Amino acid sequence: MNYDRILIRYGELSTKGRNRKHFIDKLKRNIKQVLRNFENVKIEGNRERMFVLLNGENGSEIIDHLKNVFGIQSFSPAIKVDKNLENMKHAALTLFKNQYKDGNTFKITTKRADKKFILNTDEINHTFGALLLKNIPGLKVDVKNPDINLQIEIREEAVYLSCENILGAGGLPVGSSGKSMLMLSGGIDSPVAGYLSMKRGLEMEAVHFYSPPFTSERSKQKVIDLTEKLANISGSIVLHIVPFTEIQQLIQKQVPENYSMTTTRRLMLRITDEIRRKNEGLAIITGESLGQVASQTLESMFAINDVTNTPILRPLITMDKSEIINIAEKIDTFEISNRPYEDCCTVFVPSSPKTKPKRDKVRYFESYTDFDPYISKAVENTETILITPQTVKQESFEDLF
Amino acid sequence: MIYFDNSSTTKPYQEVMDSFCKVSLEYFGNPSSLHSMGAKSEKLLFQAREQMARLLKVHTNEILFTSGGTESNNIAIKGTALMHRGRGRHLITTEIEHPSVRESMEQLKELGFSITYIPVDHNGIINVNDIADAITDETILVSVMHVNNEIGSIQAIKAIGQLLKKYSKVLFHVDHVQGIGKVPLSISECFVDLCTISGHKFHGLKGTGALFIRNGVKISSLISGGGQEWKLRSGTENVAGMVAMARALRLTFQQQEKHLDKMIKIKDCLRRELEMIQGVTIHTPLNHSAPHILNFSIKGFKAEVFVHALEEKEMFVSTTSACSSKKQKASSTLLAIGVPEDEAMSAIRISLSYENTLEEAAQFIEAVKETVIRLREVMK
Repeated sequence: MNYDRILIRYGELSTKGRNRKHFIDKLKRNIKQVLRNFENVKIEGNRERMFVLLNGENGSEIIDHLKNVFGIQSFSPAIKVDKNLENMKHAALTLFKNQYKDGNTFKITTKRADKKFILNTDEINHTFGALLLKNIPGLKVDVKNPDINLQIEIREEAVYLSCENILGAGGLPVGSSGKSMLMLSGGIDSPVAGYLSMKRGLEMEAVHFYSPPFTSERSKQKVIDLTEKLANISGSIVLHIVPFTEIQQLIQKQVPENYSMTTTRRLMLRITDEIRRKNEGLAIITGESLGQVASQTLESMFAINDVTNTPILRPLITMDKSEIINIAEKIDTFEISNRPYEDCCTVFVPSSPKTKPKRDKVRYFESYTDFDPYISKAVENTETILITPQTVKQESFEDLF
Repeated sequence: MIYFDNSSTTKPYQEVMDSFCKVSLEYFGNPSSLHSMGAKSEKLLFQAREQMARLLKVHTNEILFTSGGTESNNIAIKGTALMHRGRGRHLITTEIEHPSVRESMEQLKELGFSITYIPVDHNGIINVNDIADAITDETILVSVMHVNNEIGSIQAIKAIGQLLKKYSKVLFHVDHVQGIGKVPLSISECFVDLCTISGHKFHGLKGTGALFIRNGVKISSLISGGGQEWKLRSGTENVAGMVAMARALRLTFQQQEKHLDKMIKIKDCLRRELEMIQGVTIHTPLNHSAPHILNFSIKGFKAEVFVHALEEKEMFVSTTSACSSKKQKASSTLLAIGVPEDEAMSAIRISLSYENTLEEAAQFIEAVKETVIRLREVMK
């Protein structure tokens, strides 16, 4: 007998009072999305627990997928049995033997939610401890640091047995905290900012600025690949690709070189804000980290932020580069970000950008040009793609593999 | 035709050929070129790498594409020796390795490295303790094949990996060329640092292969140039070949899932029937051997004669391994497991693919019996 379901524990969710149902529905939908390639899987959820019923699908692959889903505190592969003591014993022994390797120690943790069960917690621990010790020669108890923790959960409807407790990604289910726009450059930071925002339940649409021929098809592909990595976590992400060449050329012409970067950022923010308004988002997320580059000094942020009062979320603001890279490696975006193609931020970098731009000065420089029609045009011509975990593969070549 | 020589090479799957042709003709751009044709080739190569990694359950950046098993083995062994010669100059391997391992070791010996060859028992299996005993402060690499190409014996890779885990200076290389698609190997659970596979052994094309290099493991490159494959193996990438190999591996794993039981049945049947023929000795061990390889001798016949006699009936088998069968020397693997030289000279290897059937096995047995009788008459 192998495990037939995965028991999911909610963690922080359970404290959300009246919103709980909304949160659990979101989580259920996200898990469904992430596991949609496992056709036979069924998901059942109630206020306390959620269950992924495997129905013959590959359990270990499903476990790998679940590890990335926000809103899960921990989960365990489990077997459901009825409350017949003999059946429970049989199931516990086979499950345990599957997991057991020579020399392992164990303990038993019982949760007796059904207070009417014939045995009390101590009696259950005793009964099953004795059962294992009798049947597995050489097995030893270690209650402090066991190799295997056999968990017995006695609930109203049935008994659940599990041997493993796998840590989930924590956080809140993606989409439970509203929608915002992620400015996605293709660098290392912005995908990490997106990831951390999702962790707290934000739903995202990504905005990328594309300047052909200054930036190549490959830099666009890079952004699509990065978005796909994020979509692996949330199920799908809308990506807006903004044509930006014309505006960048205009800036080069109209604004003094050392202020061109500040203006570029201001215009990117205005365009993103416009796309946000059209798509009913409530905030903008960036990958800025204080002091990392010229555009990320406090003075720069002050001058750039001037164009909008939409909340700008900067999840990385206090992080060091090394901390950011650690997360990027964990979520598998580091290598993609490191592909060496020009992006919109690197092409037009002035030789000595102002690290302390003045808000009034940049306003003054921009006052000679009416950027509004250009902004509208860019927003209008924005290409919108829905990215799902399969996008990159579907898009081409499927028949070759 | 009955093709029982799949350890020498396999017939490429039709789908594999289709992929190869399509990529060669339609996506011939150089992955290093800046334009969109180059980008497409690069993407194909990336996708091939990703698929290989997924199938082998490793990371994408741990797959190095090469021209095949021989090259992968050479890079693994000499690359390690070059990179870590400052750490030590001692390498350990077994007595029954493929020539691409053995000869790499011998070449290093000429350069001043010392090599320990671990002996095998009569089943062709090494004792893990022998490796533990052979390790010194100077040891930098242990190279052990998973499945032997001549007799099919399987080494306890997991136990060796667990042993070597305790020695942080020693890298662990596994030649998995014969095992892949036939005998499962979990690269991560066995603590393998370097692992060789070859495309044409699983219905891919000749000239394609890969070397798994665990993240964090550093080895030197042997081929310098434009810096492809993370500067480890320069030269324009064989995109079509790698796409074809990725497809072949996926299809092979599918076949393995569906038909492994059938393959085991065929091998058991061959073994049972051959054993009943007078004068036949089976060299492949009963336990701990791969499902597709069966090695046996028929007393009194030169192997070569027998191969040609079967060939007349459109049945194709091999004397020892393809790589050494032209040398007219007794197989060193067979000698290593204690087979007498005259018997070793008459050794025949059958190697199966998932395409082979029980009917073929029955026909083959009939043919062997006939041939034995016919040849005995001639030779009297």
